[in-house]
Amino acid sequence: MDISFDKVSYTYQPNTPFEHRALDEVSFKINSGAYVAVIGHTGSGKSTLIQHLNGLLQPTSGEVKVGEYHLKANEKNKQLRNLREQVGVVFQYPEHQLFEETVAKDIAFGPQNFGVPQEEIHRRTREAVKATQIHEDLLERSPFDLSGGQMRRVAISGVLAMDPRVLVLDEPTAGLDPNGQKEIMQMFHRLHKDKQLTTILVTHSMEDALAYADHIVILNQGEVYMEGAPLEIFKQQQALEDVQLDVPEVIQFVTKVREQLGVELEYTGQSIAELAKELTRIVKGDRVYE
Amino acid sequence: MGNTQIEFRNVSFRYQEDMPWVLKDVSFTINNNEWVAMIGHNGSGKSTIAKLMNGLLFPQEGEILVDGQQVTASSVWDIRRKVGMVFQNPDNQFVGTTVRDDVAFGMENHGMARDLMLKRITESLEAVGMNGYERHEPHRLSGGQKQRVAIASVLAVSPQYIILDEATAMLDPKGRKEIMETIREVQSARDLSLVTITHDLLEVTQADRVIVMNGGEIWMEGTPRELFRKKEQLIEIGLDTPFVSKLAEELKGAGLPLTREPLNHQELLEELWTFHSTR
Amino acid sequence: MSNSMIIGQYIPGDSFVHRLDPRSKIAIIFFFVIIVFFANSVMSYGLLALFAIGSAATSRIPLTYIMKGLKPVWFLVIFTFLLHLIVTKQGEVLVSILGWEIYEEGLIQGAAISLRFFLLIMVTSLLTFTTTPIEITDAIEELLGPLKKVNFPVHELALMMSISLRFIPTLMQETEKISKAQASRGVDFRTGSFKDRVKAVIPLLVPLFVSAFKRAEELAMAMEARGYQGGEGRTKLRELHLGKSDVYLYIMFILLVIGLFLTRS
Repeated sequence: MDISFDKVSYTYQPNTPFEHRALDEVSFKINSGAYVAVIGHTGSGKSTLIQHLNGLLQPTSGEVKVGEYHLKANEKNKQLRNLREQVGVVFQYPEHQLFEETVAKDIAFGPQNFGVPQEEIHRRTREAVKATQIHEDLLERSPFDLSGGQMRRVAISGVLAMDPRVLVLDEPTAGLDPNGQKEIMQMFHRLHKDKQLTTILVTHSMEDALAYADHIVILNQGEVYMEGAPLEIFKQQQALEDVQLDVPEVIQFVTKVREQLGVELEYTGQSIAELAKELTRIVKGDRVYE
Repeated sequence: MGNTQIEFRNVSFRYQEDMPWVLKDVSFTINNNEWVAMIGHNGSGKSTIAKLMNGLLFPQEGEILVDGQQVTASSVWDIRRKVGMVFQNPDNQFVGTTVRDDVAFGMENHGMARDLMLKRITESLEAVGMNGYERHEPHRLSGGQKQRVAIASVLAVSPQYIILDEATAMLDPKGRKEIMETIREVQSARDLSLVTITHDLLEVTQADRVIVMNGGEIWMEGTPRELFRKKEQLIEIGLDTPFVSKLAEELKGAGLPLTREPLNHQELLEELWTFHSTR
Repeated sequence: MSNSMIIGQYIPGDSFVHRLDPRSKIAIIFFFVIIVFFANSVMSYGLLALFAIGSAATSRIPLTYIMKGLKPVWFLVIFTFLLHLIVTKQGEVLVSILGWEIYEEGLIQGAAISLRFFLLIMVTSLLTFTTTPIEITDAIEELLGPLKKVNFPVHELALMMSISLRFIPTLMQETEKISKAQASRGVDFRTGSFKDRVKAVIPLLVPLFVSAFKRAEELAMAMEARGYQGGEGRTKLRELHLGKSDVYLYIMFILLVIGLFLTRS
């Protein structure tokens, strides 16, 4: 589904001393099937932004379009239910939303609310736990008996079982160990490709943004600060540092090599092995030619 | 000269009798003024070690000595004054309704005089760069700020040892940086030992020594440099290595004989520079 | 947003009333509640109203806030007023509307009761406007101090209150977060039959309880790690001081009591 934000502003508690403008005329477009990373500091407006994607919040002004659904200020959208079925949101620490007696029931909760038939729910549950690598033996266990990592996977399965077209991920790996982080990110990437989802990833990890996203939106104090393809964005190290954001470590290193060794080296998406070969050629090659 | 160290002697621990051992015959020493990082994947037993160090748990076998004094139910209150702890969740360890109340909480427990408390609140908040926030309520602070307050609260009772049990795990990169800077400053300014339990590889590179836990046992003990030389084995036990180590490995494979295991960008750049300039 | 959350109704300030020792405020309100019931003449009510309005004025709390505080009880006040108006059948008949006769005494009693209500609510809300919840907790701990002798867990009670206060904003944020997560999974908290709505609350309550227990467990451990072992041998950072302002308050109040008994009919 195509998504667009057109001059969207959102103000918390308007007309009170606590008035706070979280989004300020934010405009951007996301094409159907894109994998977009939204980056920004705590308080930059990221979480306000994603709550517009499934109508948890309604813009104070401007318009949000998600496929055929339109969200406008002061205009009730009667199709919120349908919108929420199409846009699955994995919130931060999603394991906090588990509540059912068994894993299976919790996964079925979303689709049930949207009136999906039992048969179909079963099918989707099996598919979801397969994707998140939860053993089927766990389906009849209480989610509260599982480890933190397993609970996270159950919660994610619950969102996947809604069979959404758009997947919104709010720091889905927060608090996991490095291995778990990698597994979860790879899983979402696989799903993104296999199901042709539109994926929106809110993250602090520049490494993940570089590895998975094909478009990056950087928010700062409620405004779109930068937008573009990852490699383009990360070329602008200074602009990022101005808002206290880093570039991925590999790019930091390549820049240092270029500056301190005075050689031609550009990061164009090389793997570490490719980079090593290139570096070796550069430092040894000089000797050959001179 | 008294013993100023934490010593684990053949410690084994399990939560219940019918449950498997979480720690198996673990022995190590944390020396005076040392920074030790403890890593291992989830369930390797590293958090249990933290809790054993200040008597939140007691071992079934072996003994734990803090400055030569055994950690037992009767010595635990003395031990806790020497061994401060910062936990993972910034919210669930903030007891006071304001920053200064929270910093005071530990001191109140140890029955310190009010004048001393006021002095220490100022000092320790300054040490973590949170002066000026005395009257702030916790919900007006960021995660990183709350963790700095937690460190200040521990510093206020001036312990010998500070354990950070995944204290940066729930923070964003900015908060993480804040905490690491704070810790570094505190450790260099004061006479204390640090134990950081972490997943963050950059944290590990800054420590003096690393203890790697795997399956309830010490898998390796050594300097960060020694550790990252064992890339393949680390991956086998579910741990990763930093970018610099990975690149160094590939460089060696591509035919650059690096002289030492680089720990950070600068060290690797220096190596590359040597090759580049020796023509 | 999280920054704007206020617990209770405290409005920061540095007025005479703000600076008063919370113990004095609680004690005076306690006695004010008692003497309100001794008023029985226009003059005596006038004196009480003067005291309440005077306090409100010195507190520099905007009148609109105080009026807002009265909002939830308007209904109660009008109800009791009407009740007295209808039930009391003494004195002269003032008017008679649609067969209802309204007596003079009914009007007077109704007005008196309503006024009492207003005065009580005004002074108690002044307390919550000018005193932080934690000050109130401290004051209660001090005022209940003597009960320690009969093994009443005063310290524990106060600690419990202060920890609750500390965690109210946290739990409110959590409630919002979970309800949004469940709304995204298709729960509708707003529409549907009563039964549907009760059912919709379960996916909210269960996670809240689970997380509250987890927090409690972790908090207990953190407190223990920081050397908490009960009230015994504990010192306190927070101290309450009786100051000059408190002396003025007590003098004013004694004058009020004397005035009240002189003007009683």
